[in-house]
Amino acid sequence: MFDSLLVANRGEIAVRVLRTAKRLGIRTIAVHSDADADALHVQLADEAIDIGPPPATESYLNREALLRAVRASGVKAVHPGYGFLSENADFAAAVVQQGVVFVGPPAEAIRSMGSKIEAKRLAAAAGAPVVPGYAGDDQSAETLAREAARIGYPVLVKASMGGGGRGMRVVAQAEDLAGALEGAKREAMAAFADDALLLERYLAAPKHIEIQILADATGRTLSLFERDCSVQRRHQKVIEEAPAPTVDDATRQAMGEAAVAAARAVGYVGAGTVEFVVEDGAFYFLEMNTRLQVEHPVTEAILGLDLVEWQLRIAAGERLAFGEEELAVTGHAVEARLYAESPRTTTRGEVNFLPSTGELRRVSFPGGVRVDTGVRTGSRVTAHYDPLLAKVIAHGDDRPQAIAMLRAALRDTELAGVEHNVPWLLRVLDQPAFVAGTYTTGTVGEAGAELLPEVDALDTAIAAAAVILAAEAAEAAGAAGESGPWAPDGYQVNLPHVQTVRFRRARERIGLRVVCEGGDYHVTGSEGDVHLGGASLVDGLFEARVEGAGIRARITIADAEVFVMRAGATERLTLVEPDAGAFDRVAEASGQIVAPMPGQIVSVNVAEGDQVRADQVLVVLEAMKMEHQVRAPSPGKVTALLCASGDRVVEGAELVNVATS
Amino acid sequence: MAVLESSIDPRSPAFEDNRRHHRALAADLRELAARVSLGGDERSRQRHVSRGKLLPRDRVQGLLDRGSPFLEIGQLAGHELYDDVIPAAGLIAGIGRVAGTECVVLANDATVKGGTYYPITVKKHLRAQEIALENGLPCVYLVDSGGAFLPMQAGVFPDKEHFGRIFYNQANLSAAGIPQIAVVMGSCTAGGAYVPAMCDQAIIVQNQGTIFLGGPPLVKAATGEVVDAEALGGGDVHSRRSGVTDYLAADDEHALALAREAIAAAPIRYRAAVSSADVVDPRYPAEELYGVLPTDTRTPYDVREVIARLVDDSDLHEFKALYGDTLVCGFARIFGVPVGILANNGILFSESALKGAHFVQLADRRGVPLLFLQNITGFMVGQKVENAGIAKDGAKMVTAVACARVPKFTVVIGGSFGAGNYAMCGRAYGARMLWTWPNARVSVMGGEQAAHVLATVRRDGMAARGEEWPQTEQDAFMDEIRTQYESEGHPYFASARLWDDGVLDPVDTRRVLGLALTVATREPETNDGRFGIFRM
Repeated sequence: MFDSLLVANRGEIAVRVLRTAKRLGIRTIAVHSDADADALHVQLADEAIDIGPPPATESYLNREALLRAVRASGVKAVHPGYGFLSENADFAAAVVQQGVVFVGPPAEAIRSMGSKIEAKRLAAAAGAPVVPGYAGDDQSAETLAREAARIGYPVLVKASMGGGGRGMRVVAQAEDLAGALEGAKREAMAAFADDALLLERYLAAPKHIEIQILADATGRTLSLFERDCSVQRRHQKVIEEAPAPTVDDATRQAMGEAAVAAARAVGYVGAGTVEFVVEDGAFYFLEMNTRLQVEHPVTEAILGLDLVEWQLRIAAGERLAFGEEELAVTGHAVEARLYAESPRTTTRGEVNFLPSTGELRRVSFPGGVRVDTGVRTGSRVTAHYDPLLAKVIAHGDDRPQAIAMLRAALRDTELAGVEHNVPWLLRVLDQPAFVAGTYTTGTVGEAGAELLPEVDALDTAIAAAAVILAAEAAEAAGAAGESGPWAPDGYQVNLPHVQTVRFRRARERIGLRVVCEGGDYHVTGSEGDVHLGGASLVDGLFEARVEGAGIRARITIADAEVFVMRAGATERLTLVEPDAGAFDRVAEASGQIVAPMPGQIVSVNVAEGDQVRADQVLVVLEAMKMEHQVRAPSPGKVTALLCASGDRVVEGAELVNVATS
Repeated sequence: MAVLESSIDPRSPAFEDNRRHHRALAADLRELAARVSLGGDERSRQRHVSRGKLLPRDRVQGLLDRGSPFLEIGQLAGHELYDDVIPAAGLIAGIGRVAGTECVVLANDATVKGGTYYPITVKKHLRAQEIALENGLPCVYLVDSGGAFLPMQAGVFPDKEHFGRIFYNQANLSAAGIPQIAVVMGSCTAGGAYVPAMCDQAIIVQNQGTIFLGGPPLVKAATGEVVDAEALGGGDVHSRRSGVTDYLAADDEHALALAREAIAAAPIRYRAAVSSADVVDPRYPAEELYGVLPTDTRTPYDVREVIARLVDDSDLHEFKALYGDTLVCGFARIFGVPVGILANNGILFSESALKGAHFVQLADRRGVPLLFLQNITGFMVGQKVENAGIAKDGAKMVTAVACARVPKFTVVIGGSFGAGNYAMCGRAYGARMLWTWPNARVSVMGGEQAAHVLATVRRDGMAARGEEWPQTEQDAFMDEIRTQYESEGHPYFASARLWDDGVLDPVDTRRVLGLALTVATREPETNDGRFGIFRM
């Protein structure tokens, strides 16, 4: 085994690789961009090297910078993680050229599988079934149209070099093909500098099943069973599990053999994944990922293996110490990916997932599950990198137990500072199709807005009570604010203490009236009335009784931001003082526009029926040797024109009528 | 200084009896306050809210800083005073913080008889303005009122301390540099129109606030002109044309935010506040006050037990402890603010009066505010004391109290009878604020004494005419007097008429004194402008 390893990655995967390397006694070197100087993976490694500015193209994707780091540190091996340069054959080759071990397959294998067209050809030749399609070099529009007709609509158009959904189009009918090809080429060129496209039958609602492969340098290639990664939104996996709930033993066997054959065909060494789509019992080769997958932990869980350890062992030249027959599946594992993103409905009624950035004010995961993460309280989530915050992996005796464990863990997860998808994940776990295991890659997309969390008046009420409790605690500690008779505790003569707490949620104003009697907080607001009995806030843990039941929430207050974390969800509110500027402008009086002074009309700039903007000049009046512009007070429609150019008018004469819109 | 040593046994049966009695009184007070705080009946409130208007107490909340204490003034004004039920006299008044500055807030309650002014409403409005003037507090008027309550116009309109005085005060408060801000959130009709018109700055809510000298019905009756309220005097009219208001708000909350800005923008310079850095709580819990007070005002107890539960660290620097000991005098601090305390510990004798006069001068000359704790059945009577000139000694104390220029505060913690009321800074003696406890009784003399005095006079008169007065009739006569005095001496009766600024739960007394003292001891430097702000 080599004595030192550079991990050419960041975030949770860097952390995960570093942990295994450290366990094996290998000296570890992390790399980081300027933005990641204090990141968890940097803290964990024995040494860290700054490889450049925050943009990935200038740091984690910057081959030269990474190779410089490899040289500077004198490491014996490089682990690429996933993403970034992990599937870049040139990088792998360059590493090897320096006499350093690349923890991954040979550059040639990466190159072969990197081209979807070539990969498919190789797989088909090796006997793996492929989706009917076209992957030819003739990229002329005529050929592609003919091939599309042969394959049968709907047809999927993909960039040959692509991934992540870029350059991908579903074409329902022949008329739409030409336009789709043009767009796909443009995107492919922009993203991959190669506009080669491939066509294949579009499978409307397949399952996405993949086989984990492990191969050593002697050619021993094993199937480590499958994972079901069909919970996807916009081609992005979010929940994965192993074993796949709908794959029978015969299919499993057949898929494993096909995967091994495909891997062998490219002389694969190391850990890899062969992806298939499965529909109506038939499976088709999709592609091979020549690296560690994000979702590898579910395989590790059910097999009791450390895949990174085996990656390192194989890279160091060790042989696989076991065969497929020695692998036993124990229980069931489910993984959920926690993203910094905000699932919400667009104005068109679609659900989209906008990445969310910011400083993480609280990061806390429960025990009893595996959590792979690269962040902690205080970390910053920036727009430079993937918004994956963490993976939570539950391993149970059986599928229902694993799901229950995952659900419980997600409910106990506390994340504050960025929007996140935990409530959305929890709803996915409760979908009947997920519970049954019959879900496909289309399931969450079809559910759409049903999976979006709703605002709960309880959370706003808790936030209001927590603000008051926190202020009391601060005052009691002499830490902040005014003490003495004017302490801001809402004192009233002979009446319960009352406070009005005002929040802003995005652009919405929320005013809550909180009556405090003893430890009881009665909160009244537009979202509903909530009575919090015996409320307390100790070390950020809020507890109270609501309608006889105990509730608890985690509270983080940072500057004016109040976070209420409860059952996996995070309500984020900004504490505000009343501010006249935050109110909409008062409605402008509509109706008659009159002459501000006596004078002569120089010009009339609008006609009856015109739509006018606020402040648009309607009429120009000359008076006292000056021209005066008479403007529209608000947007509206000209309903009557009561003057004409050249008219002499008295002060107050009606000039134009505008109906405010 | 000397820390007061309590000799109360909180486990004694007497303490428990007292506690039960006074807690019940406090509970009754809180229950009454809760009812008062609702304002008008359910239907009126719903109608009010359904128009998009905030209830008056929510308006006050919307104006105040988050969590600001609200020292309400005259909470029980109007209680069982007229046939009509008018909670808080239909006008909420008090002191609270707005944008960091303590202000007097006055909010009409339109859910109570349309926010119209009864005689007691006028009295309350004037009292709040008086507090603003004495303490230099900016005034914010949240106006939503139909003006004078017409059936009682004779008790509202013509006299010196009637409706016109509101505007007189506004002008003079403004002249003294004390900001006057109006927020027109409903009607401002007739005389009411002058509230915003007389203010330094006025805000009006669009399509809701109206200001006019005569409303549409009156206009129609007078001139035949038919006009709706909005066109006659709505927010747009007054903000765009007439100039009666200065800011136009979209709704109540917006208007209140604008008022906060107006206060924030008004530079109010205070004299250096008293440092309250090292405030130490009393050594004994305030809750023990319930057990300290006897159930009968006639039962004597040591008033130091009360002082020990009001002042910082229970620390009292007593003055002349060995002389005139029925009046306890001494210096202490409440929330760090120095006070000179005068507390009755029995009947006032010549010596106690002389001691009191001396002590008042002492505090006044040193600029220390005075706190009177009244529990006084009166001055001693009888040949010996009269012959010794107790009247002139009492007069010395009354003179000292009347002329002291430091802020004076009075809490009636027990009886308040006769000339004792005067010497101990009763309502007529210009206390900045005066409160009563639920167990207090205020009357010219005790009910029992009054019954005896009146019965004696009558019996003597009848005897002179040779008439017989049967014992049963005598008893009935005296009972009636006792009942009358009991009812008229009750703190609710007094507070309903604004003979005080409120009835306090004893446990809140320290807090309330702290609020009032901090305000009184950091008076703003008022300027000596000759005129209030003219609205142009």
